[in-house]
Amino acid sequence: MSPIRIRQLILQMAKRADVGHIGSALSIADIIAALYGDVLRIVHLDDPNRDRFVLSKGRAAMALYAALYLKEWLTKETLETYCMDPVASEKAVASGQCPVTSEAAVSTDHWQQATGHYLGVHPEHTFPGVDFSTGSLGHGLAIGTGAALAARLEGCSRRVFVLISDAECNEGSNWESVMLAAHHRLANLIAIIDLNSQQAFGYTADVLNLSPMREKWEAFGWDVHEVDGHNVAEITETIQKLHTISDSPHVLIARTTFGKGVSYMENRIKWHYMPMSDAEYQQAVEAVASGQ
Amino acid sequence: MRHAFVTTLLELAERDDRILLLTGDLGYTVLEPFAEKFPNRSDLRRNRFFNVGVAEQNMVGVGTGLAEAGYIPFLYSIATFAAIRPYEFIRNGPALHQLPVRIVGVGGGFEYGSAGPTHWALEDIALMRAQPGMTVIAPADHLQTRAALLETWDIPGPVYYRLGKDDKTTIPGLEGRFALGRPQVIRKGSDLLIIAMGSVTSEVAKAADALSERGIECTVIVVSSLNPDPVDDLVEALSRFSVAMTVENHYLAGGLGSVVSEFVAEHRIGCRVVRCGIERVLDGVSGGTGYLRHIYGLSSEALVKKAVESVEG
Repeated sequence: MSPIRIRQLILQMAKRADVGHIGSALSIADIIAALYGDVLRIVHLDDPNRDRFVLSKGRAAMALYAALYLKEWLTKETLETYCMDPVASEKAVASGQCPVTSEAAVSTDHWQQATGHYLGVHPEHTFPGVDFSTGSLGHGLAIGTGAALAARLEGCSRRVFVLISDAECNEGSNWESVMLAAHHRLANLIAIIDLNSQQAFGYTADVLNLSPMREKWEAFGWDVHEVDGHNVAEITETIQKLHTISDSPHVLIARTTFGKGVSYMENRIKWHYMPMSDAEYQQAVEAVASGQ
Repeated sequence: MRHAFVTTLLELAERDDRILLLTGDLGYTVLEPFAEKFPNRSDLRRNRFFNVGVAEQNMVGVGTGLAEAGYIPFLYSIATFAAIRPYEFIRNGPALHQLPVRIVGVGGGFEYGSAGPTHWALEDIALMRAQPGMTVIAPADHLQTRAALLETWDIPGPVYYRLGKDDKTTIPGLEGRFALGRPQVIRKGSDLLIIAMGSVTSEVAKAADALSERGIECTVIVVSSLNPDPVDDLVEALSRFSVAMTVENHYLAGGLGSVVSEFVAEHRIGCRVVRCGIERVLDGVSGGTGYLRHIYGLSSEALVKKAVESVEG
């Protein structure tokens, strides 16, 4: 799966809806490309033995939606509902702010008939390919721990991947899950930390220091791997080498850049929140296309 | 009720291997029969009992993941730790996903009396009934506990069971009857309607006897489940009385008294509602359940006094 294509779709979604959370989504684009490329074993979405994926940092869901669309589990019409509602979408189309229009985008009635509902900032399990609704930080790892435990009770080889942010490790609930997963040696549980060193109101080193991240997880009994979070091949190969039948639970500390791929967004907290102007959008599109 | 609950759960678990029991490190002298019946294997295969440690948020999240895979996990702790500590996990997990997670809260109200207010669950009904699709069950005695579990263990969606600690007292006239979404009438009279919930119903039953001796005949209705609410039955009963008294071991805000008041307002019923419950916790007051019922106006003597005032007022 192409991370460039994911980034292009993120920019289109954000611009169409005139919303932010762009930097968070760009940060995980390569991790998502690895997972939905050669990692997740999902033959059918209704297969109970499929791998599970929990996007615990739900605010980055544009990257997930892009992958689900590229897997053809979400339709284009549904993708275009991101952060839209009938009123907002009509305004966007009327004002010419909508960079990607289609017959469906113009007709809100069509959207509602086609999908029944709209994609929000945070993923909801009622959409195809979304296993669990997330958004409130610190919930996903607990759910993933339960999902991994369920597989072990059944003797099933399915795996559970939970993508959390580094700042999310501020939430104490994560460490409850970390202890339980290690206690039961849930080797089929793979956490991935999007370590972009940035959070909603500052840099992690300034807000609540998380260092040393590796030693923390090792001390709790996890098998720790540090990877370049923008190297799809390295992420994929690291996961494929994990022993997921009997071992400790695994964590990939994925070093990432917030806003990766759009230089003016990189490591800028502003892009946790802000939508793009038309000029910024064009600049971002060109940057992503050139693979900067 | 907790022994009745676990004994019944063990019977069900022997029949259905989807049932799992998780505890947040509580249940000493209560849960051992279940743990001994299903000894754990080191490879986790087919394990049924888990002590997840003192970590209730995680317990609810884990329960959510287990339920999505087809299990029916029962999550056990003292009511305030089961329901209130992990409330957002319940909201975003079992409630939002409508998964069959069962939250089992023991000692609802102030049944952990001498443990003090940190161990009392006085707003759990209000919180749980606020979640759409969360069935709330609060049995009045151990016989009804068993009946309630037998009827509801495998219903769709999440359930909150609010249990008392008393496994001996039985409510006269109830005979262990339970029907989801339906209240039970345990006494009939025409002077006053009393609507009760939970183990404090035993005080109501005694009060109704004493009132009868004073010439005041009461209809006593036990509400043991909410969501679905017993709307039709209560509206019918409330329409036949000019005054109704609600009795619950819970804060006045959001519990049974609030439910009944909503029905009265929405259905334009000309019935005054007198709510008996806890308005606020008093500083530095703890003790046995009987003492606390006395302090907070929930003893049979206090209820008699309130009933007489209500009928005569």
